[in-house]
Amino acid sequence: MTGTREFAIVGTLSDLPSSASGPRHLVWWGNIGFMVIEGTGFVLAAAAYLYLMTQASAWPPKGDPLPGLLWSGIFTAGLLLSEIPNLWVLRCARAKNLAGVRWGTAAMAVIALALFVPRGFEFAHLGLPWHQDAYGSVVWLLLVLHTVHVVTDWGDTVVLGAWLFTHEVGDDQFADVEDNSNYWTFVVLCWLPVYLLIYWAPRAL
Amino acid sequence: MKPDPSLLEQLDRTWRDPPGLWGFLTTVDHKRIAARYIVTALLLMFLAGMLALDMRWQLSVPENTRMTPQLFNESFSLHGSTMLFLVSVPLMEAMAFWLVPLMLGARNMAFPRLGAFSFWLYFGGVLTLWVAHAIDITPDLGWFEYPPLSGPAYSPGHRADIWAQMITFTEVAALAASVNVAATILKMRPPGMTLARMPVFLWAMLIASIMTMFSMPAVMLVTSMLIADRLVSTQFFSVAAGGDAVLFQHLFWFFGHPEVYIIFVPATGFVSSIVETFSRRVLYGHSVLVLAILSIGALAFGLWVHHMFAVGLPRLGNDFYTAASMAIAVPAGLQIFCWLATIGTGRTWFPTPMLWILGFVATFVIGGLSGVMTASAALDLQLTDTYFIVAHLHYVLIGGAIFPLFGAFCYWYPKATGRLMSERWGKVAFVLIVGGFNLGFFPMHLLGLEGMPRRVYTYPAHMGWDMLNQIATAGSAIAVTGGLVFAANALCSYWRGKPSGADPWGGSTLEWATASPPPAYNIPFTPRVDSLTPMWNGGAPLPALDGIAIDTREVLVSSVTDAQPLYRQKSAGPSIWPLVAALAVSAMFIASIFTPWAIPIGALPIGAALTGWFWPNRPRAKIGALEAAP
Ligand code: HEM
Ligand SMILES: [Cu+2]
Repeated sequence: MTGTREFAIVGTLSDLPSSASGPRHLVWWGNIGFMVIEGTGFVLAAAAYLYLMTQASAWPPKGDPLPGLLWSGIFTAGLLLSEIPNLWVLRCARAKNLAGVRWGTAAMAVIALALFVPRGFEFAHLGLPWHQDAYGSVVWLLLVLHTVHVVTDWGDTVVLGAWLFTHEVGDDQFADVEDNSNYWTFVVLCWLPVYLLIYWAPRAL
Repeated sequence: MKPDPSLLEQLDRTWRDPPGLWGFLTTVDHKRIAARYIVTALLLMFLAGMLALDMRWQLSVPENTRMTPQLFNESFSLHGSTMLFLVSVPLMEAMAFWLVPLMLGARNMAFPRLGAFSFWLYFGGVLTLWVAHAIDITPDLGWFEYPPLSGPAYSPGHRADIWAQMITFTEVAALAASVNVAATILKMRPPGMTLARMPVFLWAMLIASIMTMFSMPAVMLVTSMLIADRLVSTQFFSVAAGGDAVLFQHLFWFFGHPEVYIIFVPATGFVSSIVETFSRRVLYGHSVLVLAILSIGALAFGLWVHHMFAVGLPRLGNDFYTAASMAIAVPAGLQIFCWLATIGTGRTWFPTPMLWILGFVATFVIGGLSGVMTASAALDLQLTDTYFIVAHLHYVLIGGAIFPLFGAFCYWYPKATGRLMSERWGKVAFVLIVGGFNLGFFPMHLLGLEGMPRRVYTYPAHMGWDMLNQIATAGSAIAVTGGLVFAANALCSYWRGKPSGADPWGGSTLEWATASPPPAYNIPFTPRVDSLTPMWNGGAPLPALDGIAIDTREVLVSSVTDAQPLYRQKSAGPSIWPLVAALAVSAMFIASIFTPWAIPIGALPIGAALTGWFWPNRPRAKIGALEAAP
């Protein structure tokens, strides 16, 4: 039947740049997609927490201790402070500052690693094991979910940082740094409601 | 102008896969990946259909002892889980994978390797469920496995774990696919294809992808919680320790209800494409259709509680969800009105793809009516867990999704293979399937009203259900025969069908501009779009732009709302890493059925595989770290 349709060339795209940054970049949208998915995961886990809380007669259930405030407070403060270097790296990526993104990403890898220390103590000071009761389970669920995100982004930062030192850095790599930095901000923002739920919801009741 | 042969040759060299097995394992060509998805899912549809026939055989006479209750439980669990998680959703994703880049005049998906990863992981889910079945660890608690029945106390062994982990596989695959489809549609449209000029098909796929992103995390979360209850003794669902079994139902149906629309919304995309082409006119009410799909997408998230009317929720809750469930009939009705208006006012012809659309409309309306009936909490209390529900769910799933899918299959088959399917056998298959289906499933409404419960392996003789059950079985057998005719037609036409040429139907959208089957690079130039139906320009040459590289893999990235060209993006080539990564993830998923240590330990090979995946192919740094200057 019909052959392929003919074309009339009306212009060229050859003068377009070969990269972009921010929301103009394709990968930026992929990153947003995964944030939507994981953010939904956090919202639903938080909903599960609230649901169990409303079903229980006391929260935490009688006999369960309140989760410790010290290490979680240190972790939260550290996480919030880490946003300062993180936003600085973001600025360097946008300004295409090579030394800035190299050393900034390396610094972020070290900072994330350091945060594992208070996070470890935080688990230890929850005061109850996950298998004690549903309260214990859901608290652990929230904390594990968030920790997985910290670990993932830390791994990503380490690998990205190494490649920034070993390989040439072009526009696409600056865009990668930008995405990685946005993702860290996402991990920080997700923590705040989770922190309030785990540590302050039981105290508010 | 015809593109220069040397240009096409160069494009082909850039985009074709390595030959042989290595090419098979490393391909990132969206068409090959989609074809794999489709073939696998159709095979599974056949297997699950055989299970269904087996169940119908068992139910054809009362007090039949051919199947044991346990075998019957396994059969409907495997049938339902396969049909929903391994057939319907993946088929819809696969259609998006295959068609979206072609309809955009783009060379590949936004994230080619993620596409390959998605398929391999889906395939891992297929193997998990069916290999487990082969070694007799078949899930046996239905397609939603409620605790406490599925909890550690009542379901020792690994049947429930297999079900839960199969879900994890397929949902990760579906999520990866959705991000890919959404990013492609939002960022890779050709110049001129503003949001207002985007075909309904692309809207449908975009909205279904976004719905997937918001709903599937719920089922991943809840099945992970179930596995944790079973493996490390968390207490989420154990009432004795402050847990709550209804929490499972809420989370499951927060996903489960949108799931039905994740299957249905892409089907509305197929219907829109087919109706437009065969009515030979622009869809009547394009923006009404788009708004209807958007509102179905939004409403679908407010309805999950209607699956739980029997739980005993507060009265007001039931009333609210009754009303909300009925509200969804409004956009669905508007869509049907727009399609019928298009058909009625166009110069319409009715080859097989269009017949499927008629079959869809008729069947879906019946399914919708029984849906409105069960949406009423009062009536649902009577009907839930009876055959009325079995009838309803098959009417909406088969009528609302599988019929449009068959129509889509016939419609795009020539594009994919370069050959036409036989019209005569296509009509035979259509009559057998639609006739057999209605004969087989309509009586189930009556059986339900007479009180026959679902999920029973047999029934006593004096209930008076024999006759209707026999009709149901006969109808099912006819429908399955029709399915075999359909498959035989597709197979024979692959080798013997009449050559179709690029555009046998006079289609309205860009996939018809390129050769059939499309070459590895899809289309030689970037088309420029001036209307909703770019192919209908009176046969004149298509306006197009050159300048996207032909000697390296490159795609055009444009802006989200008005599709302004922004930049040229490198596109990933063939790679073994998606397969390696999928294997690493599969190993972790399977091992985590047995030990929680699988998660931290299994993360290491996954990390290694991802590092290989993203390994830079740019040159090594020339300036040392320390003297790096800004
Ligand atoms: C000719 C084709 C088909 C036949 C004869 C058939 C037959 C059956 C039968 C006999 C049952 C068990 C009912 C019970 O005992 O409760 C069932 C359940 C089910 N079927 Fe089908 N079916 C067919 C196709 C499909 C398709 C295409 C889908 C989905 C797209 C589907 C989805 C389901 C689901 C979700 C269940 C419920 C399983 C459960 O109770 O957990 N079926 N079907
Ligand atoms: Cu529903």
